[in-house]
Amino acid sequence: MTGDVTGARLVVGPFNRVEGDLEVTLDVAGGRVARAQVNAPLYRGFERMLEGRDPRDALVITPRICGICSISQSTAAAHALAAAMGLTPTPQGALAAALIHAAENVADHLTHFHLFFMPDFARPAYAGRPWHARAVARFIALEGGAQRAAVQARAELLHAMGLMAGKWPHTLGIQPGGVTRAPGPREKARLAATLRAFRRYLETVLFGGRLEDFCALKDVAALMRWPSGDVALFLGIAADLGLAGLGRGAGRYLSFGAYPLADGPAFAAGTRSAGAPGPVRPAEIAEDLSHAWMLGGTAHPLDGMTTPDEGMAAPAYSWCKAPRLAGQPMEVGALARQVVDGHPLALALAEEGGVVARVGGRLLELARTQILMEAWVAALAPGESFMAQCSLPRDGQGAGMVEAARGALGHWLRIRNGKIANYQIIAQTTWNFSPRDAADVPGPLEAALEGTQVEGPVPLAVQHVVRSFDPGMVCTVH
Amino acid sequence: MTTLLWLQASGCGGCTMSLLCAESPGVIEMLEDAGIRLLWHPALSLATGAEARAILDDVAEGRVPLDILCVEGAIARGPGGTGRFQMLSGTGQSLMAWVQRLAPRARHVVAVGTCAAYGGVTAAGGNPTDAVGLHYDGAHPDGLFAPAWRSGSGAPVVNVAGCPTHPGWVTETLMLLAAGEPVALDGYGRPRFYADHLVHHGCPKNEFYEYKASARSLSEQGCMMENLGCIGTQAVGDCNIRPWNGEGSCTRGGYPCINCTAPQFEDPAHAFVETPKIAGIPVGLPTDMPKAWFMALASLSKAATPPRIDRNAHADRVVVPPTLRKPR
Repeated sequence: MTGDVTGARLVVGPFNRVEGDLEVTLDVAGGRVARAQVNAPLYRGFERMLEGRDPRDALVITPRICGICSISQSTAAAHALAAAMGLTPTPQGALAAALIHAAENVADHLTHFHLFFMPDFARPAYAGRPWHARAVARFIALEGGAQRAAVQARAELLHAMGLMAGKWPHTLGIQPGGVTRAPGPREKARLAATLRAFRRYLETVLFGGRLEDFCALKDVAALMRWPSGDVALFLGIAADLGLAGLGRGAGRYLSFGAYPLADGPAFAAGTRSAGAPGPVRPAEIAEDLSHAWMLGGTAHPLDGMTTPDEGMAAPAYSWCKAPRLAGQPMEVGALARQVVDGHPLALALAEEGGVVARVGGRLLELARTQILMEAWVAALAPGESFMAQCSLPRDGQGAGMVEAARGALGHWLRIRNGKIANYQIIAQTTWNFSPRDAADVPGPLEAALEGTQVEGPVPLAVQHVVRSFDPGMVCTVH
Repeated sequence: MTTLLWLQASGCGGCTMSLLCAESPGVIEMLEDAGIRLLWHPALSLATGAEARAILDDVAEGRVPLDILCVEGAIARGPGGTGRFQMLSGTGQSLMAWVQRLAPRARHVVAVGTCAAYGGVTAAGGNPTDAVGLHYDGAHPDGLFAPAWRSGSGAPVVNVAGCPTHPGWVTETLMLLAAGEPVALDGYGRPRFYADHLVHHGCPKNEFYEYKASARSLSEQGCMMENLGCIGTQAVGDCNIRPWNGEGSCTRGGYPCINCTAPQFEDPAHAFVETPKIAGIPVGLPTDMPKAWFMALASLSKAATPPRIDRNAHADRVVVPPTLRKPR
């Protein structure tokens, strides 16, 4: 929790419960963060590993970028390959793939809330607060009742993976044309049972009420009155600590659109900046390398390269590149997705744009996605085709732009002579935890941390802000 | 009480994610029931920043005894042997340096996953970060530690290889170590309780295998050995004996076993989903199968394939059920 204070500089690390490696350097002035630098200190070089391989190998290699968003990586790779082939999955294949992907995203939201985000409120530093004893009982790391219940519910939900995708993480079950295993009537019945059990857990433990009622909330005041479950415990803590105004973002949201089905994505694609909706123009995406330990210039990912600067020279301070949309940093994630999709509660939360908005957006999406998954299982049609077949072109290119739990994820692929000539990935946390760009504009987390109170040696507020983004550090640099 | 420290080196964190899928009991209860106290785990523990550094220092300096050190992920030695491709944040030291400092304190060292065991996917495609396993560099017994290296208990690194590892492989290894029971290892340092099995054992495609009724493309039900790169007849693992995530496995999911428990599985020198062939004959024999016999039996059984099995092999579901027999 504490960091090393060197003059007015605080280095927080190892910053844990962030699914990977993270170091945050804070310049403190007047008890508040004046400037934040976010460093992703692990480089593995996946994009380089893929060069020269059979394009289909991307379906084996890229899921292993990230153990928590493995299916999202599979899905992005499958879409990029499908685009290169000019292939569309069968409608039932797309449905089954969406179901597999949604199960991972829901599991990730559950993991974030219970294992990564909430335990900080059980810290002794909060011992004087009226809710502390309950936070300890429910969320203290490895012992809290809510934690244990969530881990069990998650493991049982992921039986959907055993049934449809072989295993989790790291499946080869998602392919450009659909899925490798065609579910039959008994798989459909079993999936429905798994989802009913998961709904029972959500409605009795996490939400303590009907999911439809939570999804019907229209404004922040109504949200804050939600009376039950561990959600109410969080909201009470948030109200007491003023988390709504903490870690406010710039109000620029991006979503590539989630779960593409025959009639379009289940959650819409688009942007929202200063309250105004807009389309995603993929050509406007570029990665700036000015503050990354990477050689080369700003480029669109189809033309990008990943050449590490082994000297790790300043002014760079992270292995993470800085993705920008039309030159702007963008916040991505569940809140962004729900905002772009136009849900009234999410739009109201976006007015705040802080810790409560991000966590609330995630809870809203958890409830909405459960309802979607139930409908998708009901729509599974055993007997129809779950996979379209096609072969790869000798030369071609494609993009796979999907939504992982933590936000917009893109894979860009070029094929030459039947091999991968270039493969570039912009992961979800690459957007949120990007370093500065050439114009010295900070990344979304860096900006959100500015002004955050750093009280004494234990900057709790910093913990809450960082974790409200649900960072997934392993795939940030990849 | 058995103390356990878990480090995440250069990997995806997927072995921890898989571990959280342990059931009956869940992983937290299992560790507790086995008398294992988690000193620190990067994804699960409350302690962060200086709190975490204090725990690591206490172990490194011998102030807190360490029974089991689990390392997940490969050790990045680059660039230029500095380990700076993975710094343990807030410490100014590489993860490589931390492992070198902590491992001598541990009674047992467990490499969780193929990356920690052999380098794995982190070492794929030319190995851009010069990554190795703790005790192996690929199949060579010379990783971060020299071949003769032994942990405090006198044992080599226990390689719970798999990409990811099955939660049961990890929990059972930890329970055996905590109970003071020996963990017998195979020639690549893997626990024999799962490495003495082949993925082929219990594979639901066994009847297709028997007749070489082979799938030609993914989504067909037939055996994936002949065309689709499946090496379940050579890969170690009890994946089809104990299921994954309820009732799954790779071959149950309809895709090939890629031998993820093995050193150097990440660079098979052919596409993962394509069986290499010489003059139309698939390369690679089932483990312990004499080649001449395999060729003879394969051609014989292929010629004898019953129509039911042939048709089902090329469908994505059972289209011809087994013939019913009346009781006598």
